Amino acid sequence: MDALSHLMHGFSNALQPAVLMYGFLGCLVGTLVGVLPGIGPALTIALLLPLTFKAPATAMFVLFAGIYYGAMYGGSTTSILLNTPGESASVVTALEGNRMARRGMAGPALATAAIGSFIAGTIGTIALTFFSPMIVESALLFGPAEYFSLMLLALVAVTSVLGNSLLRGLVSLNLGLLFGMVGVDLQTGQHRFAFGQAELLDGLEVTIVAVGLFAVGEAMFMAWKGHAAEGKVEKISGSLWLDREGWRRSWKPWLRGTFFGFPIGAMPAGGAELPTLLSYYTEKKLSRHPEEFGNGAIEGVAGPEAANNAAAAGVLMPLLTLGIPTSATAAILLSAFTSYGIAPGPLLFEQQADLVWTLIASLYVGNVILLVLNLPLVGLWVQLLRIPAPWLYGGIILISTAGVYGASSSIFDVGMLYAFGLLGFVMRRFDAPVAPMVMGLILGPMAEQSMRQALTISAGDFTTFATRPISGTILAIAALMLIVPRVMRARK
Amino acid sequence: MKTTRREFLLTAGALGAATLPWPALAAPLFESIFMFVPAAPGGGWDGTARAIEQACKTADLVGAFQFENVGGSGGMVGLPRFVNQRKAQANAIMVAGSVMIGAAISAKSPIGIQNVVPIAKLTEESGVIVVPNNSPIKSFAELVAAFKADPRKVPVAGGSAGGTDHILLGLMLKALGRNPKEGAYVAFAGGGPANAAIIGGQVAAGISGYSEFEEQIKGGRMRPLAVSGEARIPGVNVPTLREQGMNVVSANWRGVFGAPGIQAPQRAALEHLVSAMKDTAGWKQILTTRRWADSYQAGSAFEKYLAQDVADTVGVMKDLGLA
Repeated sequence: MDALSHLMHGFSNALQPAVLMYGFLGCLVGTLVGVLPGIGPALTIALLLPLTFKAPATAMFVLFAGIYYGAMYGGSTTSILLNTPGESASVVTALEGNRMARRGMAGPALATAAIGSFIAGTIGTIALTFFSPMIVESALLFGPAEYFSLMLLALVAVTSVLGNSLLRGLVSLNLGLLFGMVGVDLQTGQHRFAFGQAELLDGLEVTIVAVGLFAVGEAMFMAWKGHAAEGKVEKISGSLWLDREGWRRSWKPWLRGTFFGFPIGAMPAGGAELPTLLSYYTEKKLSRHPEEFGNGAIEGVAGPEAANNAAAAGVLMPLLTLGIPTSATAAILLSAFTSYGIAPGPLLFEQQADLVWTLIASLYVGNVILLVLNLPLVGLWVQLLRIPAPWLYGGIILISTAGVYGASSSIFDVGMLYAFGLLGFVMRRFDAPVAPMVMGLILGPMAEQSMRQALTISAGDFTTFATRPISGTILAIAALMLIVPRVMRARK
Repeated sequence: MKTTRREFLLTAGALGAATLPWPALAAPLFESIFMFVPAAPGGGWDGTARAIEQACKTADLVGAFQFENVGGSGGMVGLPRFVNQRKAQANAIMVAGSVMIGAAISAKSPIGIQNVVPIAKLTEESGVIVVPNNSPIKSFAELVAAFKADPRKVPVAGGSAGGTDHILLGLMLKALGRNPKEGAYVAFAGGGPANAAIIGGQVAAGISGYSEFEEQIKGGRMRPLAVSGEARIPGVNVPTLREQGMNVVSANWRGVFGAPGIQAPQRAALEHLVSAMKDTAGWKQILTTRRWADSYQAGSAFEKYLAQDVADTVGVMKDLGLA
């Protein structure tokens, strides 16, 4: 196979000691960036862009790839240990992951996340190597109508994260949808809910809202509970690693998560959040112990973590095969390509074969490095929980603030962070789940924009959503997801 | 493409040192320049600013650069900050361009590009009108015919509403005697999704800066019908709108501006710096690798160009119902 011999050549480049060092450095920086709330791979790579004037292309892309994959690994750590996801793709991981940590199972949660990330990342990279053109062509069949239907499907899946009280869950979700309206409307340029604030014109930054609601809100809640909270940050019990049971319950979610993550990541408007949500929904429905969900079900960590890493690999496909960036990080990588005078596009594989295959090979290598880096770190990370709560949460506030301010150097954003922190605190106080709000903020604008794009294209004809075959099929699945469980319950 | 250990160490060191000032050897024109970018790192304005830094440092024109990026809303978050915080600062420059003019109008902001001091226009990029490769529309004349029949049936993909792509569609429809508001403009956030919608055949046509579509055109996935500049793009065999009988010209330009309240000699010093920078070999090299068209213009010529651009933009945005 042609791809195979190219890949072998790529490995021969990627395994040179100097290139390996770049990969290792990237993985290390990426893991760190993933762990710190508020700072993402896109920003980190953007800040390193000036280096492209000085360093050779291969080295830089291996470094960037390491940062990109590393951030995906690191993102789960704080979600699980501290209920403070550093980026939106790890929000779903926090749901079960943190519950597991509270039951003293932080070790297995981190391990299933790391191994799941490795498996999904590797399968994703294999698919990237051999099936890119095919998958990208299929992804191109998705137009605005299909995305809207997919968003409706996702909104059905959100029901799985609403928590115990339907009312509170829906209030949280709807507030999220409302927050998603803030800013300049893409289709008309009209200002909505910006109250004359220039800072609000681009809408609410999902990262700031997520870090505020989760990290700052959690810290405030812990402070409010005071000494009652002590001893709540659970001691580690049991094995640090996955036991036989853990493996048995994890492997299917890993594969299913990969299956969701990779194609959706490859879609031009897919993203990494949607597959994590679909994976969580699926695992909850398929689980033999649905009652464990909400109390730390390992499937609810394994699936979403595999999904977001597979999505990360998926994002690279349209970038490398067509030159189409589908995420913030991909857009920055694209500008890194152009600053070398390399134009990613349909001809990239022919014109820059050496670079592309070294990059792909380094993704395999990076995955191995990250597994080797992260598994031993599990033992170190769980030590975080030994830090007394006031120090730990004080540190979280400090790091969140520094991360948000560092990303934008805007005091306004820091104010937003605390405002959402306060909201997160109030919601915790009254036992309302915060995850649906973040999901609403992510899904709302995507659903709205794709619906209006589809209607502009169809000249206002609403039947377009049902008559286009893929869109109609997705709508039918969404309808079944709503109806079937009720029918089953009624028959029992 | 091999990497030596030395290169690795240099780069690893540079990871930390990238933002530190480097000592210059010859006497530079400016000890230091404060570079303000009203956009996030990684975008077009940021790329332009970093390229200016690169060219100035290579030629020892400037001792040190200090960067500040304040992104958001086509520059409307950053611009007021530059105006307020850098008043009369002689060594402060800001990168901006046509996008900011439209953004200021649609934001109805009291602070606009008139509040900063124009130094020079540096680069310009033509827009291009494309159709998917397998589209039934094969020529510009056929696209015009489709627009004339009913613009609502010809969905056109581009960037956010009120941006340069949308404005170009408005200008074209107006030139055809249609109401610009009739256009079925489908706004996409960022070039990626717009590209995908066009090559996936989800829309009838697309408009963007040439570089955004260049690789798809070369790869045979998009068919270019016309470019929007005064003249053809060098090396690109696509006729302009004017050549095809439509009197519309538009281009996305980028340039540099000084802080409000600087004195005439201070402004002249900045103009001198930019003029010297654009003549360096380093800058010319960057223009080639990035495929930016050199459109250097300074002084009163640039001021006149700006005034005209603002007036034109206001006009078409009113037609589009955005101002």
